Amino acid sequence: MSLLHVDKAARNFGGLKAVDQVSFEMESGTIMGLLGPNGSGKTTLLNLISGFLAPSSGRIVFNGQNLAGARVDKIARAGIARTFQLVRILPSLTLLENVMLPAVFGHRAHWGKEADRVAREALEKTGLGDRAGAHAGDLNYIDQKRLELARALAAEPELLLLDEWLAGLNPTELQEGIRLISSLSGSGITIIMVEHIMEAVRALCPRCAVMNAGKLIADGETSQVLSDPSVIAAYLGDAEDA
Amino acid sequence: MIRLAIALAALAALAVVPMFVSEYELGLMIGMASYVALASAWALFSGHTRYISLATVAFYGTGAYTVAVLNETLPYPVVILCAGLIGAAMALLVGLSTLRLSGIYFVIFTFGLAELVRQLITWYEVTVTGTLGRYIFLDLTARDIYWQMLALVAIAIGLTAWINRSRLGLALRAIGDDEVVAAHSGIHLARTKLFAFTISATLITLVGAVASPRWVYVEPLIVFNPTVSFLTVIMALLGGANRLWGPLVGAIPLFLLFEWLSVNFPDTYPIFLGLMFIAVVFVLPNGLLAGFDDLRARFGRTRP
Ligand SMILES: Nc1ncnc2c1ncn2[C@@H]1O[C@H](COP(=O)(O)OP(=O)(O)OP(=O)(O)O)[C@@H](O)[C@H]1O
Ligand SMILES: [Mg+2]
Repeated sequence: MSLLHVDKAARNFGGLKAVDQVSFEMESGTIMGLLGPNGSGKTTLLNLISGFLAPSSGRIVFNGQNLAGARVDKIARAGIARTFQLVRILPSLTLLENVMLPAVFGHRAHWGKEADRVAREALEKTGLGDRAGAHAGDLNYIDQKRLELARALAAEPELLLLDEWLAGLNPTELQEGIRLISSLSGSGITIIMVEHIMEAVRALCPRCAVMNAGKLIADGETSQVLSDPSVIAAYLGDAEDA
Repeated sequence: MIRLAIALAALAALAVVPMFVSEYELGLMIGMASYVALASAWALFSGHTRYISLATVAFYGTGAYTVAVLNETLPYPVVILCAGLIGAAMALLVGLSTLRLSGIYFVIFTFGLAELVRQLITWYEVTVTGTLGRYIFLDLTARDIYWQMLALVAIAIGLTAWINRSRLGLALRAIGDDEVVAAHSGIHLARTKLFAFTISATLITLVGAVASPRWVYVEPLIVFNPTVSFLTVIMALLGGANRLWGPLVGAIPLFLLFEWLSVNFPDTYPIFLGLMFIAVVFVLPNGLLAGFDDLRARFGRTRP
């Protein structure tokens, strides 16, 4: 049985079909890149999976359970964690507290020493271990991104949704980021990463799906998908079905 | 541990104060304790979540009115219990309908609530019972009331201290920063907010119930005075609503200041109230305690 089965998921905003009958499946432990031009519906699709938005129709089956339209916190506890395209941290909390939240309220619901251990481990992984007591509001943009990932990891999720997490990093940080994500995917976690940086997609994702105008126009082995004429056309901005 | 010991010692010292003060001073102490309890109870919910509630007097007045209605028919402890239960039930009802609202809509709704409750009670008294005012005759001395109020202060601050260390405290602080992140971390927003709001509102109702015998004569216009709501907010914010001792630090000087103003400038004193409100929000948005911390951090660095 697949870990995630998105089945004809759709979401409309008024007359706009932001996500239009999208279907795909993912096996546990795999990593998939989600590509597409600006406004093609990638973030909206992640929002449907994380529960931030309810689908207008369709099913989102996770571990055999249909989570379409379920409350966000319920989906989080079921084992889905995410980062946001526009970074969201809790500025008045310390780094440790930021990361403690999903450890305490999330998938595994730890408390006390165990929550502390999980939280600190997540900070270590993202290179923030020595600043656990600092206030999140004092971090620079890159460290805020790190903190967001640490927070998602502290949930100990089965499925991790990354929305352009590598965007805005300098070349050195990008290499670090790629190494970090590849170490995660090696640990058995399932990842969907929305990404515009092709270098990262090629390095990390054996599989790729492409969206255009709300529709999934390609899904398969990365090098094949990237050479698909309809994908190239979509990126050039004159897709047939746009 | 040391802090707890200091707090308990202070509580014990405050408990024996009535032996040494005049009746007038004891009255002041009761008023002060009432506002410390109100501000602390208010901050228990609003301090971390930043949901600014102006419903304080709706619950406070309900507590007082419950005593006014029941004081001749039921024994005093049962009356207090009823007040607490009515406050909790009302909080659940109000919470379910308003905690979905955010920002200014929540503020306006809670403000309207106090007015609604007052009008409902007035209507009920006039049309159903035919008596607008009620008398409270209870065999309680000022000392009894003071001790009860002190107990409420201890409960409000003690509960806050406990919540701050618990999962609930962490959840409330996350909600205050970003509800979307809180929910994505697995926090059940509605349940968490409702729980804290109900604890807070129940305590506020009890403050009203305990304070009520001081009035002797009670009618809706007296016990549902919106000034109570505004004062509570200003006091908690002045001291620092997200600090354990913040509401207390804000309530004591402001209570004395407004007591003095209302005696010496009875007509213009609402203007001072408004000015204070603006000053607190603009000058010290995080409260006095945070201001002290900033100062200490600034001067602390120059020391070796
Ligand atoms: N809450 C919303 N209300 C109305 N329209 C929305 C909303 N969210 C997204 N949209 C619209 O849906 C479409 C898809 O947006 P989405 O953010 O999913 O695109 P994206 O693929 O993530 O783009 P980008 O690469 O720029 O992040 C866009 O046209 C956007 O304007
Ligand atoms: Mg996007």
